[in-house]
Amino acid sequence: MKTKLTYTEKKDTRSGFGDGLLEAAKKNPNIVGLCADLTGSLKMNGFQKEFPERFFQVGIAEANMMGIAAGLATGGKIPFTGTFANFSTSRVYDQLRQSIAYSEKNVKVCASHAGLTLGEDGATHQVLEDIGMTKMLPNFTVINPCDYHQTKAATLAIAEHHGPVYLRFGRPGWPMFMENQPFEIGKAITLIEGTDVSIFATGHLVWKAIEAEAVLAEQGISAEVINIHTIKPLDEEAILKSISKTGCAVSAEEHQIAGGLGESIAQTIVRNNLVPQEFVAVNDQFGESGKPEELLDKYGLGVNDIVEKAKKAIKRKG
Amino acid sequence: MTNPPNLDHLKKFCSQVRRDIVRMVHAVNSGHPGGSLGCTEYFAALYQHLMKYDSSFNMTGENEDVFFLSNGHISPVFYSTLARSGFFEVSELATFRKIGSRLQGHPATEEGLPGVRIASGSLGQGLSAAVGVALSKKLNGDNGKVFVLMGDGEQQEGQVWEAAMFAAHNKVDNLIATIDYNHQQIDGPIAEVNGLGDLRAKYESFGWLVLECDGNNLEVLINTLEEAKEKSGNEQPIMILMTTEMGKGVDFMEGTHKWHGVAPNDEQLADALSQLEETLGDF
Repeated sequence: MKTKLTYTEKKDTRSGFGDGLLEAAKKNPNIVGLCADLTGSLKMNGFQKEFPERFFQVGIAEANMMGIAAGLATGGKIPFTGTFANFSTSRVYDQLRQSIAYSEKNVKVCASHAGLTLGEDGATHQVLEDIGMTKMLPNFTVINPCDYHQTKAATLAIAEHHGPVYLRFGRPGWPMFMENQPFEIGKAITLIEGTDVSIFATGHLVWKAIEAEAVLAEQGISAEVINIHTIKPLDEEAILKSISKTGCAVSAEEHQIAGGLGESIAQTIVRNNLVPQEFVAVNDQFGESGKPEELLDKYGLGVNDIVEKAKKAIKRKG
Repeated sequence: MTNPPNLDHLKKFCSQVRRDIVRMVHAVNSGHPGGSLGCTEYFAALYQHLMKYDSSFNMTGENEDVFFLSNGHISPVFYSTLARSGFFEVSELATFRKIGSRLQGHPATEEGLPGVRIASGSLGQGLSAAVGVALSKKLNGDNGKVFVLMGDGEQQEGQVWEAAMFAAHNKVDNLIATIDYNHQQIDGPIAEVNGLGDLRAKYESFGWLVLECDGNNLEVLINTLEEAKEKSGNEQPIMILMTTEMGKGVDFMEGTHKWHGVAPNDEQLADALSQLEETLGDF
């Protein structure tokens, strides 16, 4: 199978965050970092070493970390909090809501180990509801980059953006294919142009969508692959432009079907231009322990699932 | 050192704030008069004597003393104090809890009400925010102090103790926290609902310097707050256990949890106002 975009190396997206944070912090002395006992896992060691006075080890106390971040933002700092995605959202939802979102604090909630690709740790840690929770909060921007380069670029971009941000990334090594791609919050990126179906993917599943496009191409189907790195605000213009050409859509994400990217796209489609849409997402289930690739296949997020959903969407066009 | 307190002025200020509180909650038949009345001296002491601040208000509060209200339900005393300290027009108190108002039921920043730096109401979050601002002041080399008020019932929230542990471990010594120790919460006396045990011993064992005072005695309260300010900067956060009487100043509201979140009716309002001299002009 020959994909239209290629990679030579795999790297974890969390390293993109760590490297981006260090670079952003060198440029802006107001950037501070907070971590809840996962400095190594979040790849924040570089920042901690370079700027020890601007790094706050909060310990295993995520609610307090979010509150302290809100206070630091009140004092004019730009706090980046780092912990796993489930501890960044479900564990601290009321703190995100009241102290950060409603209080309009310039806090960057940076979350690793999101989704099934966390792997062996299992369902307790594989948060699949975090996009939904954060996108529902007024004032929040929600970003789920797809590879190391894009995560680094997104980290640099959110440092310049004023307002609360949820930045979601992950643990496993993943194909790196977005080097030197410009990154603009809220601006989708068309990776492959096509005419039969639009595949809108976010996070790790962008690479899966690229592989699915190659499979579809071999079968004579022309798929357009669009990287929706920003779930909120959603690039509705890019979505509508693509579906007006292809006439059907597939959304692909490492998240519950409820509350995710697919749901946001469906709202756009229903309000503007009704076309068939199929969803590649976790279907109202918890995950389990396993290897990332095994889990993606078992829970219906594999390349073949995207291919089948694309064909189904095309068929529904009638 | 600050100048000696003008007790006569402060007493008049408190009387007017108490009138504002009962009138505000009566007007909308909702809100929390009990804790507001109990903490009136504390707010007067902070905003009319102790704190160094600019009432033209900027969010960062750089080089100022800043205050956070964690138990946001006592917003009436906060709003009245802010208005009568020049943060916004006293007439705006009449909009409390009404549609379109900046004076939300619980404090909020969304409409930019001067003096409010963070939303509060969902309990247990204010101490963490105060710690954060205190850290930003340290990073900036800013000598301002950070004050925060919490409820005693609020001590049942776990986040409070996360923040207490962090503040002591990190020697956040520009922080002066206070607990409104009135021994009451919505469902009844705290000792019956979920007792706090020895709060002094708890905070001391966490590494805090703990002071205690009568929060309804202006002289004693001010002396304690001054002492706290003098003892700040010594590698320990400071906690004031401030004993107050819920409903203080209105005899039929005193010492009971029943007026925690209930507004007086017309007759009760008249009774309350007859006990509180109008000193600075009603809104």
